Amino acid sequence: MSIEILMPALSPTMEEGTLAKWHVKAGDTVKAGDVIAEIETDKATMEVEAVDEGVVEALLVDAGTEGVKVNAPIARLAGEGDVASFDTPASPAAQDDVKGGPAPTAKVVPEATPARHPEQAQSAVSKDATTAPPKLNGSGDRVFASPLARRLAQAAGIDLKSIQGSGPHGRVIKADVDAARDKASSFAKASEDRPSTAPARQHQTLEQQGIPAGSYDLIPLDGMRKTIARRMTDSFRDVPHFPLTIDLEIDGLLAARTKINAMLEKDGVKVSVNDLVIKAVAVALKRVPEANASYTPDGIAMHHHADIAMAVAIDGGLITPIIRAAETKGLAAIAAEAKDLAARARDKKLKPEEFQGGTFSVSNMGMMGIRTFASIINEPQGCIMSVGAGEQRPVVRNGALAIATVMSVTLTCDHRVVDGAIGARFLGAFKALIEDPLTMIV
Amino acid sequence: MDFDVIVIGAGPGGYVTAIRASQLGMKTAIVEREALGGICLNWGCIPTKALLKSGELYEQLSHLEGFGLSVTGKSFDFSKVIERSRGVAKQMSSGIAFLMKKHRITVFDGAASLEKGAPAPKVVVRLKGGEKTSLTAKHVILATGARARTIPAIGLEGDGDRVWTYRDALAPKTCPKSLIVIGSGAIGIEFASFYRALGAQVTVIEALDRILPVEDEEVSKAAHKAFERRGMTFRVAAKVTRLSKSKTGVSVALEAGGKAETLEAEVAIVAVGITGNVENMGLEALGVKVDRGHIVTDGHGKTNVAGLYAIGDIAGPPWLAHKASHEGVHCVEHIAGLKPANLNAPIPGCTYSSPQVASVGLTEAAAKAAGHEPKVGRFPFRVNGKAVAAGEMEGFVKTVFDGKTGALLGAHMIGHEVTEMIQGFAVAMTLEATEEDLMATVFAHPTMSEAMHEAVLDAYGRALHI
Repeated sequence: MSIEILMPALSPTMEEGTLAKWHVKAGDTVKAGDVIAEIETDKATMEVEAVDEGVVEALLVDAGTEGVKVNAPIARLAGEGDVASFDTPASPAAQDDVKGGPAPTAKVVPEATPARHPEQAQSAVSKDATTAPPKLNGSGDRVFASPLARRLAQAAGIDLKSIQGSGPHGRVIKADVDAARDKASSFAKASEDRPSTAPARQHQTLEQQGIPAGSYDLIPLDGMRKTIARRMTDSFRDVPHFPLTIDLEIDGLLAARTKINAMLEKDGVKVSVNDLVIKAVAVALKRVPEANASYTPDGIAMHHHADIAMAVAIDGGLITPIIRAAETKGLAAIAAEAKDLAARARDKKLKPEEFQGGTFSVSNMGMMGIRTFASIINEPQGCIMSVGAGEQRPVVRNGALAIATVMSVTLTCDHRVVDGAIGARFLGAFKALIEDPLTMIV
Repeated sequence: MDFDVIVIGAGPGGYVTAIRASQLGMKTAIVEREALGGICLNWGCIPTKALLKSGELYEQLSHLEGFGLSVTGKSFDFSKVIERSRGVAKQMSSGIAFLMKKHRITVFDGAASLEKGAPAPKVVVRLKGGEKTSLTAKHVILATGARARTIPAIGLEGDGDRVWTYRDALAPKTCPKSLIVIGSGAIGIEFASFYRALGAQVTVIEALDRILPVEDEEVSKAAHKAFERRGMTFRVAAKVTRLSKSKTGVSVALEAGGKAETLEAEVAIVAVGITGNVENMGLEALGVKVDRGHIVTDGHGKTNVAGLYAIGDIAGPPWLAHKASHEGVHCVEHIAGLKPANLNAPIPGCTYSSPQVASVGLTEAAAKAAGHEPKVGRFPFRVNGKAVAAGEMEGFVKTVFDGKTGALLGAHMIGHEVTEMIQGFAVAMTLEATEEDLMATVFAHPTMSEAMHEAVLDAYGRALHI
């Protein structure tokens, strides 16, 4: 009895991923625990291990295929004995699972989809015809949809191919068409581009907008880019946000940092200004817990811990690894953890639980010379802090001009949970900690 | 942490939940205070089907002449009828014990109660031997089911002697000569059907204006007639004001249409609905939200207490074993981070009387009330070849479609073994079939299921054999 290997969900929120690389080929024998493939999600690359043992009968998805839906069959094992596989879907309805999300324009598809491996094509024909693997990268003409969904889509004039199916194996069902129709009608008047949330909306090509074909190169959207586009669009549109900016004098902080680093040198730990900011944010959140909150339709979630997500720029995008319960951790621990997370983020080696969640974000562009900026809320968090460069600026002290090292930070608040006064109180607490760093330890 | 998941209650909701949890790789335990399989296997679905089969066979003995057969000296041994039913229950329950073992699910024989804990409440089990054990898990799923609702104020309360609940009605010592059944839902009607088949005088009292009130009106009407033909009597739109007991029997005072009446019988069966088993588990102390005997849950079985879930009868109607199993599987798959099947899938309902009644989805009246402009089709078994050949011509199939979209909204049947046929329409509805797909489906000939096809065609004025 052959066993289908399904696209695993590497995190609770994962819906699709890219099959980055196969470690096995048809004919290989695998045993439970063997790494068989690498899967790239929107945030990380992870290895997939075999759960059953057997001989790889066929690889059903080419390496490099994007948008492979969770639970779509990706390979088939010829099992030894009757190894039970409870989740094996009975239906071969996987074709449009892999067809995946709508490509930005039709032109990208061929370049983004590498040719089928010869050995795979071979194995697909050589086996018993009745168990031939589902055709995954076919012409893509067939869309799996329930009869009712087809009829409703036709009545509403919606192209089924533009709808992401939520039924078994990505089948388009009535609820999907209803949702697409509702969205299409509510967005009908809107003019700006909403790549992810308005699947039914007709996408205008650059050519239609007056940019001639051939005058640009098109880089296919990878998982991370799609996620950034979707999350940022959703947040910027749906979250009523506002910025609050405050200036901080950090000469005291810099002096303290020098002292701390001298003390920690023997341990090989070096504390950065960013580590101090994270520590101060965590302590300030403990003092103003209203700023450590999330809006939910059922109520405002007041988080028990300050889980600080720090934005790390990486190749092709950014990611926000999390320092959990930062209010309980000392500076040295925060510094070590931040360094480790940032390094592994750049290598795309983070585990999902290391970058999912978080109650408050910090984004620091000071080292890039940015003076002030206002980040976009990282949903469902209530606030994100944007940290600018520390620089010498003229300040007025007791009626006289003086020079101080000043750093501006901007807090973007979700007005549904953090009102202006709460944001100001939080920034006040934060400023007090930064300008008198000794208070951080009491 | 002792377990990933602890399921409390081993009925068809609980044990199926536990098996699915184990399949998903969770370390699973189940706590049962009485018998594996719960009410369904031990005191409900299964043993009643055994009784009804005896009743049906016995009833058929009276109709053999028409088939050219004759039998003399027909009689029954009531204790053996009951014994067979108990044997069936026992066999099924031991099957569950095997399944628990096969899936490496730890079974605790005892009553569970909950105490505050994190990430889920702590489960304290009072084992059958008397000692207590305390268990922890990441997720605790309540599946404690329900029991017969009673209304003691007017005497609607089982006493195990003259006034029975379903439990007493399943294993009495003798077959009563006369019987009053209060409540004409599936449970009441099944017992009425069984005892009538064995010759008891049966009167069914229903508070609403028709029997089997959740069914489509046409089905209720046909069932009423069919049962009357078998000698049952009914009081509908009748309110029981008092049930009292005597040494020899019961008397039931009722009011119907402004007139008072008193009925007498040897025994009364109280089947006026059920109520959730929510007591003595420490739910109050945990602050679990309970509404009229049922635990309030979100779309995935989650209660308002972290780590605590509820599925099945205890989480509200319809009180059906298969609904409980479906909810349980959905709940653990959601816990496991999978994308479980739609919780709102159409749930068929069956009554195993003679004739049987089965339905799924909206009745014609409910479809209208929901704003649909229904297209309705009907097809009687009396013109279906297989039904005529088998001498099972009673009943019909009715379909309800949405006039605009062709979506199958509901299907309703009464007749021989229709409980085995309703699945066809349940599959169609779950797959979101339209009339076109059902018309295009080839039904085997000769089968009673052909009436399903014809009822679909009839909704669009295309029935072939009528």
